[in-house]
Amino acid sequence: MDQFTINLLFVGASFALYIGIAIWARAGSTSEFYAAGRGVHPVTNGMATAADWMSAASFISMAGLIAFTGYDNSTYLMGWTGGYVLLALLLAPYLRKFGKYTVSEFIGDRFYSPTARMVAVIALLVASLTYVIGQMTGVGVAFGRFLEVSNTAGLLIGACVVFAYAVFGGMKGVTYTQVAQYVVLIMAYTIPAIFISLQLTGNPIPGLGLFSEHQASGQPLLQKLDQIVTELGFNEYTAHHGDTFNMVLFTLSLMIGTAGLPHVIMRFFTVPRVADARWSAGWTLVFIALLYLTAPAVGAMARLNITEQFWPNGTDAQAVSVETIATDPAYDWMATWEQTGLLGWEDKNGDGRIQYYNDASPEMQERADAEGWEGNELTNFNQDILVLANPEIANLPAWVIGLVAAGGLAAALSTAAGLLLAISSAVSHDLIKGRINPGISEKGELLSARIAMAAAIVVATYLGLNPPGFAAQTVALAFGLAAASIFPALMMGIFTKVNNKGAVAGMLTGLIVTVIYIFLHKGWFFIPGTNSFDDSDPLLFTIKSTSFGAVGALLNFLVAFTVSRMTDDLPQEIEELVESVRVPRGAAAAQDH
Amino acid sequence: MSDQKSQSAQAQKKSDTDYWKANLRIIMISLVIWALVSFGFGILLRPMLSGISVGGTDLGFWFAQQGSILVFLALIFFYAWRMNKLDREFGTEEE
Repeated sequence: MDQFTINLLFVGASFALYIGIAIWARAGSTSEFYAAGRGVHPVTNGMATAADWMSAASFISMAGLIAFTGYDNSTYLMGWTGGYVLLALLLAPYLRKFGKYTVSEFIGDRFYSPTARMVAVIALLVASLTYVIGQMTGVGVAFGRFLEVSNTAGLLIGACVVFAYAVFGGMKGVTYTQVAQYVVLIMAYTIPAIFISLQLTGNPIPGLGLFSEHQASGQPLLQKLDQIVTELGFNEYTAHHGDTFNMVLFTLSLMIGTAGLPHVIMRFFTVPRVADARWSAGWTLVFIALLYLTAPAVGAMARLNITEQFWPNGTDAQAVSVETIATDPAYDWMATWEQTGLLGWEDKNGDGRIQYYNDASPEMQERADAEGWEGNELTNFNQDILVLANPEIANLPAWVIGLVAAGGLAAALSTAAGLLLAISSAVSHDLIKGRINPGISEKGELLSARIAMAAAIVVATYLGLNPPGFAAQTVALAFGLAAASIFPALMMGIFTKVNNKGAVAGMLTGLIVTVIYIFLHKGWFFIPGTNSFDDSDPLLFTIKSTSFGAVGALLNFLVAFTVSRMTDDLPQEIEELVESVRVPRGAAAAQDH
Repeated sequence: MSDQKSQSAQAQKKSDTDYWKANLRIIMISLVIWALVSFGFGILLRPMLSGISVGGTDLGFWFAQQGSILVFLALIFFYAWRMNKLDREFGTEEE
């Protein structure tokens, strides 16, 4: 059986499982559609939230970004896990106590203002849509590879699958499907990592293997990696090269963005009790940490494997020959990935070998001149392919490669579905039922939810064809938007007595300033070529557009406090609402909403 | 009768305020640790920890890629356990 058939088999079987579960647990009432009737156990909920949360960005993209940058991209690891601490301590229990379905409902009620609710809805839509664009980038990579078609064709096919899949059911269907997806996803991520860690270090736990001895050389693995990448003119893997200020801001943006994302927060409305909301955040992070503790090992080990494949006899000997790439089965992955258009190489100097090195490094110039190299011959290596190509590069068994294909799709699909649900509930529940047509029937509400899903996926697919960055980078932008708009409003709603005018002014400032800053650097509406600045030389200091969310959040807080102080006090009933949200007592009654 | 009622309402209000203060204190301590292991050990204080070597690199690198995540986990479970205990102490838990 060839690899293509095995991939199809694994992907097909996993899809049949998800769809089967979705049909079995089809949503009936609107309450079930949004919040699964609040009957989900914290561990189950944690697992589903983890699947929902770990998207194409975490699964497909993140390890690649770490592999090719090294220590500086630890920001993704700390940012995307540290946000759960904020979520667990500052938001989850209180929002569960409040007991409504959506984030914008909380903001609307707490700030006793339909305007505040609308601003929140718009912020959620902007952040979620940006997030879906990142997912579609990942979907394109995954489908392109496993169907062995171009990235664009993969993206279009993937979009149809995501849509069909998300329309199937609401949260309840999605909750149990996502538990299944989590299991597929985590196996797909950790099993190849365990194999590779055993091959390289003899340690079965990748997170420990990363800090163990590289068996072939007898050196510590990270030391070996530092050595070979610097010999090829690349930055030392474990050292800090970028700007520290930007690194701190970026990590902070990812953290507070995590705590402001609607599709994650919504999950904490679905646990039975406030106490469970606290545990649930912890369980979610346990399931996320299994992947996040493995990811840095995947990145470092893949970088080592790739470099050694191109320099099979060491970095000071001859590079791999074109003939070997064409005939040796160990290099088959290069031909399959070339089809997607995401990998490319070219024997520029015609010496029959492919020299992979950093041709921008001045130190390498001397050796290049001496050996007659005419530039880096690995001309295209899209970082988003690393995780999916990793088991092929390491020559793992065919079933592992099939499993990884299924896992990558599970990651992208589960998050895309969760986001589409958040988008559709924002449009149908908050925008249409809450504002435009309060008398809409339950049926009409479900229908408009599905139309909103369809519109969202069309826009995301269109923009996904020309994404503003690698999957994880686009997703990071979405986090910046959520960080600047939603998180401060939620936090002030619980911890302060900020009033309606303050909240609206704060959210608008945070959102608008951040959107403009991102568009100035990434192009207006992410249309390529319409940007006036570049992230390599940003408008303000060293703050990249991906890191701006933390600045937007700070502005949000400042404006909200100032405006609130200058305007009216809170009405009595809102004071009481804030006080009741702070204490779990009486939360059971909230279930009947 | 109504006096008693308002008295007990006041007592509860005071107890709720104390509960909230205790909660804020636990949150503050937890967030200091949260920032210390990530922004501190993982990024800003890494040069200070560079003398402590861990598997071919230094402790700051370990915190950035492994340690901070493990501490985050411990913090969330600590908070859940501590708050659920606090709820019982103040009688603020759900029935």
